[in-house]
Amino acid sequence: MSHVSDVNPLLDVRDLVVRHGTRTVVDHVSFDISPGETLGLIGPSGCGKSSTAMAVLQLRRPDSGEVWFDGQELTAMDERRLRPLRQTMQPVFQDPYGSLSPRHRIRDAIAEPLHVQGSWDRTTGPARVAELLERVGLDPTHGDRRPHELSGGQCQRAGIARALACEPKLLILDEPVSALDPSLRAGILNLLAELQERLGLGYLFICHDRALVRHFCDRVAEMRDGRLSSS
Amino acid sequence: MSTPSTPSTEVLLSVRDLRISFGAVEAVRGLSFDVHEGEVLAVVGESGAGKSLTARALLGMPPRGATVTGSVRLGADELVDAPRSVRSALWGRRVALVPQDALSALSPVHQVADQLAAAVRSVDRVSRKEARARAVAALEEVGIAADKARAYPHEFSGGMRQRAVIAMAMLHQPDLVIADEPTTAQDPETQKQVLDLLATRTGAAGASLVLVTHDLATVREHADRMVVMYAGRLVEAGPVGEVFARPRAPYTAGLLASVPEAHPVRSTGLRRLPAIAGAPPVPTDLPPGCAFAPRCPLTDATRCRTEQPEPETHDGRTVACHRWRELPDNPAELFLETV
Repeated sequence: MSHVSDVNPLLDVRDLVVRHGTRTVVDHVSFDISPGETLGLIGPSGCGKSSTAMAVLQLRRPDSGEVWFDGQELTAMDERRLRPLRQTMQPVFQDPYGSLSPRHRIRDAIAEPLHVQGSWDRTTGPARVAELLERVGLDPTHGDRRPHELSGGQCQRAGIARALACEPKLLILDEPVSALDPSLRAGILNLLAELQERLGLGYLFICHDRALVRHFCDRVAEMRDGRLSSS
Repeated sequence: MSTPSTPSTEVLLSVRDLRISFGAVEAVRGLSFDVHEGEVLAVVGESGAGKSLTARALLGMPPRGATVTGSVRLGADELVDAPRSVRSALWGRRVALVPQDALSALSPVHQVADQLAAAVRSVDRVSRKEARARAVAALEEVGIAADKARAYPHEFSGGMRQRAVIAMAMLHQPDLVIADEPTTAQDPETQKQVLDLLATRTGAAGASLVLVTHDLATVREHADRMVVMYAGRLVEAGPVGEVFARPRAPYTAGLLASVPEAHPVRSTGLRRLPAIAGAPPVPTDLPPGCAFAPRCPLTDATRCRTEQPEPETHDGRTVACHRWRELPDNPAELFLETV
């Protein structure tokens, strides 16, 4: 993928390699994402899409290559220095129930990143959570419920609210609507589009549905056997 | 479309006023439709619409604790309330199931071919050797080589396991195959292969296929007719081409409009998709009147909210909606406002 030299990309991935044992699952992959831009990553199961996402997030350290995020190179950083940066790139996963703790109320799940970050304020915190709930189209009453008391679509909205809690610049969306019922998918995609326009977020959108990626993304990169071809 | 010829009009299976309840909660609420000989009928709906329960009732295998009323008639046999001996005599011979999860449908501790051989011997009194030979031949017919027959299910890929259970379902040439979400959790290429195989195998045997799915692309590709379910009731039924081209129920229209492939890339310069607002109701808390009314852009304050619409049939199309005649030519626009 070509680099536009005069605009600083939000995320710039260069020559990323991830190996599982002797198998190379991500094979010299390069791409970039600008603020407000959506890059679609498409390909069959096992092609390395999610491994790429994990390596970008530094949840799985890549074997070689560079990940530049917001002007800083992540692969050489230790956990302590990564921590503040992690807040600004947040994942949203496929299974909305699996990504929220069944024991926590939605309100607490959304507040948790603020506690971890050390920015929880007892006076303004609850209002911030209420604002996040509203921003993703949930009622304040949904905050008192636990994941199993919500529909899949509502749960995914809660997952998005939690990702937004730390005011991220980049969302890694790993099949965010694939597990949802068809009548709920369009609503979640519309919400993501609106949030992007309002907040200028960059999106890495991983999906195996070609038509959906074409609709939703500014650019599409196709992955096969760990390698990338842009289209 | 799987069958080039139009399906015969002979009715193979007839469902009338099917109701399935658990205690006071009714999950399938008066469902009627026919499956014709040799056709592929898709049953479409979201989780909780009652489609899997319906599939089990068609097989004469309602889940424990369920109360089933109404009628499911396969030829001369009535399956609702029939004793288990009557129903089990049909299993494998006249009706067969291709389950959602092939891994849990197969025993992990037996070779795949042995499991097929056991299925052969459960119906036909043949020698073990003969049964094994038929099992291996059946696997070969779905593209699993004879040298793989000694394998255990965990040694197969997801697609191979699904092909093996298709082979098992087709062993005794059933009249009716029920496939309940046969391709969930597989990637699109495998999905297509499995569905193509299912359609060709049932087509070659002259069997009817009931395909339970929530995937509209699958329906368009593989089914002749479709039944759309919402909250335990039929909202629309008809030939796939006609329903996709001109849906009559607002729910079907919204569902079809919200799939991005229906729209050229960012044609309007907007990324907003038409979307159905809200979420499906839960069976314990159904709204009065039409169950879709709270999400429906055509809903009126009186009739839709109080009186449940009954299915009506005109020119081979069935619809259950008080206001279907008022659905505009481009119904997608009705669903554009919701975020």
